[in-house]
Amino acid sequence: MQAEPTLTWNLARDVSEVLEYHFMVNALLAGTIVAVMAGLLGWFMVIRSETFAGHTLAMMAFPGASAAALIGVGAAWGYFVFCGAGALAIGRFSRGRTRSWSEQSASIGAVQAFALALGFLFVSLYGGVLGDLENLLFGTVLGISDGQVLTLAAVAAGSLIALAALGRPLLFASVDPDLAGARGVPVRRLSIVFLGLLGLAVAATSQITGVLLVFALLLAPAATAQVLTARPGLSLALTVALGLMIVWLGLGVSYFSAYPAGFYVASIAFALYVLARAWAWAHGASRRRMALTREPTHEGVIA
Amino acid sequence: MSMAQGEFVALLGANGSGKSTLLKVALGMLRLTAGSISVLGGPAGDANAQIGYLPQRRAFDGGTRLRGVDIVRLGCDGARWGVPLPMPRMIGGPARRRKADAERVEQAIELVGASAYAKRPIGECSGGEQQRLLIAQALVQRPRLLLLDEPLDSLDLPNQATVAAFVARICAQEGVAVLLVAHDVNPLLPYLDRVVYLAAGRAVEGTVEEVIDSDTLSRLYEVPVEVLKARDGRLVVVGQPEPPAHHHDRHEHAHEHTHAG
Repeated sequence: MQAEPTLTWNLARDVSEVLEYHFMVNALLAGTIVAVMAGLLGWFMVIRSETFAGHTLAMMAFPGASAAALIGVGAAWGYFVFCGAGALAIGRFSRGRTRSWSEQSASIGAVQAFALALGFLFVSLYGGVLGDLENLLFGTVLGISDGQVLTLAAVAAGSLIALAALGRPLLFASVDPDLAGARGVPVRRLSIVFLGLLGLAVAATSQITGVLLVFALLLAPAATAQVLTARPGLSLALTVALGLMIVWLGLGVSYFSAYPAGFYVASIAFALYVLARAWAWAHGASRRRMALTREPTHEGVIA
Repeated sequence: MSMAQGEFVALLGANGSGKSTLLKVALGMLRLTAGSISVLGGPAGDANAQIGYLPQRRAFDGGTRLRGVDIVRLGCDGARWGVPLPMPRMIGGPARRRKADAERVEQAIELVGASAYAKRPIGECSGGEQQRLLIAQALVQRPRLLLLDEPLDSLDLPNQATVAAFVARICAQEGVAVLLVAHDVNPLLPYLDRVVYLAAGRAVEGTVEEVIDSDTLSRLYEVPVEVLKARDGRLVVVGQPEPPAHHHDRHEHAHEHTHAG
């Protein structure tokens, strides 16, 4: 084993050095799975303006992990159970025909506060400091076992199959719930199923990035892609590509440096988002200039 | 009341008189407690695939990152299971159907004259442009019946006039029956076959000449309403129902449009 990994100018050699370590292979595999799953579900989350629900689901990992520690099972179980339960609770309280947006976010906030309170209770019942607090908050990407990779792969495969079947009606129900309902799309059931899938994605992502950095893979790639294009197909493809780039670069760079992977993953995600916004701004500015120099036309016809 | 094929009927009345409710009943989304309804020869809700529906709106906010053409497309295949839009052929359904869908989407967009901005993100389109794209969405299934819930709402006056004119044109060209909910009958008056007024649990229906006179409307709304005849023979309704009083910002709207266009 080398004493200190150093980045050389030979990229192929660097990559093969990274891949010599089993823990790095597992980290890259898990990261790849999560990037695809979280990216695609995150894309729908952004379209549906449900980022607050996503954030609340991420917080569910805290009572999940502390409950798991309390009864002595693996933390992943706690994540999945609590994120799933949280998704059902949010779906139950927040989506009604007559509920306004402010009412929805208020009830999601109430669910979040209660979940954190439960987590606090479990920690004090556990009677000690939660050993893996830092792992809970910032992820354990470098300590992922073969079993965890398999679990992640199975969960991701299941939710992606579900998403492939539901995608189009889900998009319809997201942009146009009234019309979709009139055309026979089960809008309310879809929204609960989607929150359930989102809960799974959050639980999977938080094992890589930790609870606090979930949005680096769940939200940032989708938000960046949606800034860059309004074409749904391209936007979904870009989301996955950006997610993979963020994970691979983040893990790769962190291997050669002293700082944690989560920091790089989140920073690269943020940097890409800022770049995309800057590009869109510059693009929009040049288009606005062009629009001003053109002959002004009123789109309504009036003599 | 009843509607024949290719008829253009306006459904008018004050807020809360049940105009939108009537459309939802026709779609089978709400049940009648009394009375009966038959839509396209069957019970309400059975023929929704042949009904184009424009729910009360509902502007897309500026951040909506989907193109107009995608929104129209959802009117075509949104209720089918599968992945949204260009995906591998095997998942996306038979190529022939996808091609037919794409052609219909294009036709609907041309029909409402929205080709110029259909590829722009819908959030960046003006209110009038969005409304046209939404009507294209309602038309894309080649419906036999169009239910439009306040399509003229939140449009400035010139846009109200153009949207009313092209709905009338589609009604005549495609032989679609149109039931259009509105607050203000004036922009529609030149085109209507019949009007239905709902007010305080009562309804009056008939042709424009039969229903739209000062006495009938004043009785219905229980406030004085004047129907005036302009020199060219056109009717103008004054008093209740007033168009929404936001005309003072027309200049701002016009300004926005030049930017967006």
